[in-house]
Amino acid sequence: MGGKKQPGYLVRRLVGMVVTYAFLILFAAISVYPVSRIVTISLRPGDRLLSTSLRIIPEDATLENYRVLLTETPFLRWMFNSTFVALVVTLTGVAFASTAGYALSRYKFRGRDGLMRGLLVTQMFPATMLLLPLYIMLIYLGLINSFLGLIIIYTATALPFCIWQMKGYYDTIPIDLEEAAKIDGCTSWQAFYKIVFPLALPALVITALFSFMTAWNEYVVANVVLQDQELFTLPLGLRMFQSSMTTQWGLYAAGSLIVSVPVVVLFIALSRYLISGLTLGSVKG
Amino acid sequence: MGLATPTSTLLTEWRKEKLFVFFLLAPALLLSFAVIAYPFFYNVVISLSNMNIYHIRDWRIIGFKQYVLVLSEPRFWEILAKTIIWTVVNVVFHVGIGVFLAVLLDQKFVRGKPAWRVLFILPWALPQYITALTWRGMFNYEYGAINLLITKYLHLPPVEWLTSPTEAFIAAILTNIWLGFPFMMVIALGGLQSIPRELYEAADVDGASGWQKFRHITVPMLRPVMIPAITLGIVWTFNNINVVWLVSNGGEPNDQTHILVSFVYKAAFSMYRFGWAAALSMIIFVILLTFAEIFMRKTRATAGVNE
Repeated sequence: MGGKKQPGYLVRRLVGMVVTYAFLILFAAISVYPVSRIVTISLRPGDRLLSTSLRIIPEDATLENYRVLLTETPFLRWMFNSTFVALVVTLTGVAFASTAGYALSRYKFRGRDGLMRGLLVTQMFPATMLLLPLYIMLIYLGLINSFLGLIIIYTATALPFCIWQMKGYYDTIPIDLEEAAKIDGCTSWQAFYKIVFPLALPALVITALFSFMTAWNEYVVANVVLQDQELFTLPLGLRMFQSSMTTQWGLYAAGSLIVSVPVVVLFIALSRYLISGLTLGSVKG
Repeated sequence: MGLATPTSTLLTEWRKEKLFVFFLLAPALLLSFAVIAYPFFYNVVISLSNMNIYHIRDWRIIGFKQYVLVLSEPRFWEILAKTIIWTVVNVVFHVGIGVFLAVLLDQKFVRGKPAWRVLFILPWALPQYITALTWRGMFNYEYGAINLLITKYLHLPPVEWLTSPTEAFIAAILTNIWLGFPFMMVIALGGLQSIPRELYEAADVDGASGWQKFRHITVPMLRPVMIPAITLGIVWTFNNINVVWLVSNGGEPNDQTHILVSFVYKAAFSMYRFGWAAALSMIIFVILLTFAEIFMRKTRATAGVNE
């Protein structure tokens, strides 16, 4: 701090602090408000769903919506479907991206630059571009209305980003480690599997999280591929509740909360790594 | 490579290495080929064909007719303009709010930084479709929280958010601004932390005002971190079908609330104009690719982002 403090310096500081906190509180309120609405509506009794009250905890709060959701609707079935699809996508995503990213990071081979560029270009694909040809392919293959079709599409959607992410992280691990391991008699595979793979844990976690979220939170593709209510994933099911504003608004809110809490917690816990991964991927071309 | 090794072992070494690289890449490449490369070229073929619900198996190539049809449709240009507005407005607010909050949070006297950070990340952490569906509920004319707040506290007449085209579009934009600013804030926070404090202290000695410090230290130092994030943000926003589609319930009212990607979705899966939708996809792809190419080249020259 500079030595000479002008008169009014303290006042200016104080005003600065007040203004800062005012804005922080305002934006925090904006961030939290929609979530608080979901909580409120999920706690309302069935006959008061269309209330115009703005109270956060309704006067006659009840868990009735949760009970109905879990016992009288296919919600748990959808939960199972979503979990299954997301887990398979996560496993394949991690397996494929961790190996391909390693090859791109450590070895020079013909077509490497083209491949990297190709992966980047896929990120410019309009969200719905590949969906149409894939949809028609799935019709031909008889995979419409199946999890397999959905899993394949999700894995492919997440893969380019995951490969970049893994490649970027491997780049930060010094190659000396593997060279030392190879001198000690490790094969290339052992050097990768035993030395580098465990060191890349943070990137693996992010790749897993990203793949999982891609599948868990996806609506648009699922809406085209799955038609049978039995096969619905959570986004399709919740949308179904939501679109009938009158009767099932409370079910939608309760379901959203159950679906969101785990991913929100996970996301916030891991966000630090996610950011470093994102910036790494984009800054360190 | 050790130069002293005999050629034969060197050769087997080299073969082994090639095989290893091949096995590392094979699964990802195989999958990418089947579900990215092949469909991409298939999409090109569809865009040159007359495929639609009546001609799903007996389609034929008709050349560039679908492209001509897309480009000569006034709706296309209207929606393109809307998409540009959508992208610019969203990204400007994302970056503006994000950097603003980051600068506020980065001040020394602010207490409980991790807690604030968690609160501000919430909109990003919430699944996007839930955000969109929840905001759709909040925009409901009679029971939605937005109109209740407007009428109760601001004493203004309620707004027909979801039933008139302009308002529905604004509703979608508001929703998307809400869910997008945390990303930029987090990136900016990371960038701010890497700015050496001495720069500010030196500026203080020189008697610089807060604004001058922001303008001449913070902004230039944040640039290299923000530019890639903004590029990503632009592509994501341009491509974000979820929010528009779910807030407007598939383009309501009357298919007026669309951006280009949601219009492709509509054309393909509600109107079954496959050839037409594929051509529109290709046009969007070219737009995005050109943009990214130019943007990255320009910023690379000025910011030295790349290695």
